[in-house]
Amino acid sequence: MTAAVDRADTGSTAGSGGLGIKLDWARIFTHLALLFLVVLWTFPTAGLLISSLRDKDQLAVSGWWTALTASTAQGVTRLGTAADQIEEGGQFIIRGNLFGTDTNKQLESFGLAANELGAGAPGQSLPMREGGIITVEQDGSFEWVNPTAFEHTRGPRVFHVAGIAPRFTLENYVEVLTASGVGRSFINSFTVTIPATVIPILMAAFAAYALAWMRFPFRGAIVAVVVGLLVVPLQMSLIPLLSLYNGIAQTFGAADGKTYLGIWLAHTAFGLPLAIYLLRNYMAGLPKEIMESARIDGASHFKIFTTMVLPLSFPALASFSIFQFLWVWNDLLVAMVFLGAQDSKLVLTGKLVSLLGSRGNNWEILTAGAFITIVVPLIVFFSLQRYFVRGLLAGSVK
Amino acid sequence: MTDIIEQILSAAIAIVVALGGAVVYFWGTNWLLDRVLTSSDRVSGDEMTRRDTLRSQIRPWLFLFPALLFLSVYLVYPVVETFRLSFFDNSGRNFLGFANYLWLFGDSNFHQAVINNLLWLIIVPSLATAFGLVIAVLADRLWWGNIAKSLVFMPMAISFVGASVIWKFVYDYRGAADQQIGVLNALVTFFGFEPQAWITIPFWNSIFLMIILVWIQTGFAMVILSAALRGVPEETLEAARIDGANGFRIFFDIMIPQIKGTIIVVWTTITIVVLKVFDIIFAMTNGQWDTEVLANLMFKWMFVNFDYGRGSSIAVIIMLAVLPIMIWNIRRANAEEGTR
Repeated sequence: MTAAVDRADTGSTAGSGGLGIKLDWARIFTHLALLFLVVLWTFPTAGLLISSLRDKDQLAVSGWWTALTASTAQGVTRLGTAADQIEEGGQFIIRGNLFGTDTNKQLESFGLAANELGAGAPGQSLPMREGGIITVEQDGSFEWVNPTAFEHTRGPRVFHVAGIAPRFTLENYVEVLTASGVGRSFINSFTVTIPATVIPILMAAFAAYALAWMRFPFRGAIVAVVVGLLVVPLQMSLIPLLSLYNGIAQTFGAADGKTYLGIWLAHTAFGLPLAIYLLRNYMAGLPKEIMESARIDGASHFKIFTTMVLPLSFPALASFSIFQFLWVWNDLLVAMVFLGAQDSKLVLTGKLVSLLGSRGNNWEILTAGAFITIVVPLIVFFSLQRYFVRGLLAGSVK
Repeated sequence: MTDIIEQILSAAIAIVVALGGAVVYFWGTNWLLDRVLTSSDRVSGDEMTRRDTLRSQIRPWLFLFPALLFLSVYLVYPVVETFRLSFFDNSGRNFLGFANYLWLFGDSNFHQAVINNLLWLIIVPSLATAFGLVIAVLADRLWWGNIAKSLVFMPMAISFVGASVIWKFVYDYRGAADQQIGVLNALVTFFGFEPQAWITIPFWNSIFLMIILVWIQTGFAMVILSAALRGVPEETLEAARIDGANGFRIFFDIMIPQIKGTIIVVWTTITIVVLKVFDIIFAMTNGQWDTEVLANLMFKWMFVNFDYGRGSSIAVIIMLAVLPIMIWNIRRANAEEGTR
């Protein structure tokens, strides 16, 4: 990727004639068009990330693009009854706070009826129907003062408008990781992914070498089968393999065939066609002269492979590992079929689907949960993008 | 807690056993082969030649054996078995002939799925390829093109389920009286229209699901096409410019014909992804509101209704749809093998 745009700037040569200060409209259009597309592509992910960091009450009532502006909320609070009054210097007072314990709100106005929301500003006083006057400060604390004792048994209502300051927090993440069980799924995903990425590598490398540099009957046919298997829908494998696993489990007296070992081996096999194909293409491109001179010097295939080809193939091995890691980590179907849907074995993708079903409207849970599932692949992707792109090119363009 | 430690431990052991096992197997069989069929001085000249050839005949199969074993058990055998099961009933014991297929062709859910899959097949590869091409062409001319490409490419790393949550949030719907928190409805209400529950409106909801896959696959198309565009000779472009061709003419008359082969490869690759698309529908609608597709329908028959016969017959249909591309790929690979 880094080497992608190192050729001459073709756009500028087209329009920079004349005095050289002429505005190049085509070029400006190119900038704007690309900017528009990039924003379009990043906007959805940005929304998810920002939302996951917002206060959950704010997230539920306002769009994430307003995250930095204060929002307002209307509310009603019932004041205390006669039982709450205290006597101070001959006056009877009821104190409290309209917002309860919420310190994130700032009073904008208050009133004594739903249609008189703007009757009083912070710090102002209003006369009460029950007698006395009420004063509300900006932080929501109120003081209702009356020269005679209160006798009401049902507190009157005060209507208020409050500004909510924007608030960012990691609370959502703490909640999904602990209470919602996403933390456990995170460990499960790693348990599935790492062995499933490591196991196929050596196996594929040996096979790829044989297909690239050794002569034997049916070589062409085996290559054709591998190319064919690259696109076989996974759906074709599920039922027979599940029956096979269950059969083996029964022989050993286990309840079902849903084990980590089972899913490692399944992912290993499903990754093999791409692994063999990528590695064979890469190894076949290694210089023929080196191989031949090594052969003439009497080196065996085994020796050539382990001492020369394997180290030289590092970029291709890295490409495949990244592919396999991303594919296994992001997989839903294989995990559901071969590992099942019980909570203790749910991988992140499966967990996210179950959250979509059970907590479909709790966006604070969904956004934080989704970000946790995508953060590992994003790190892998951005740090190893070069190998990823190289593998992609080797795997499809020919 | 103990089961988590146990689980991590078992993963670590699996890695060690697998790597150790592979090393022992490859090194061991290789050593054994050299030992048993040794070409040391005790044998005659003819015998030595015979052993040399025999060794070089056996060795490739030692290299290939583990991979071929896995491919046969996990891919080749299941394909054959699924094909066989599609002619049997739900228990897999009673032969039904073509009954599953006949049922399938009369099933309204199947019709729905086929129509939707066709729509997906037309819309997703064409949009993803077109966007990928446009972004590749634009980005290759600007100094910040690499950053742009990275950002467009990023969704490739995101799981289909993760992408579904991202877009479900974009499509989120609140009643007209409330403030919209989904971007799409916020835009719609901003322009004075009624907010809609997008995911439940038949036909259009399928389009909204397709957008998710286009969003993911565009990065793939862009990377491949960008590499191909760099292969277009600079002299050709320069000559066209001198002849007075404008940007659009150069794009349509020179660039596109030059990279036609790559465009087809990108197109077919995305087509295969589309044919197998499952996660997005499963996570977003599970086939409700007329969004059913083949892969999701198959999953329902396999793991909700446990009818392996009908499930298998749907899998076979998907396989048949992939087959032409598979054959084309194999022929291309063979042709290339010939030139090597």
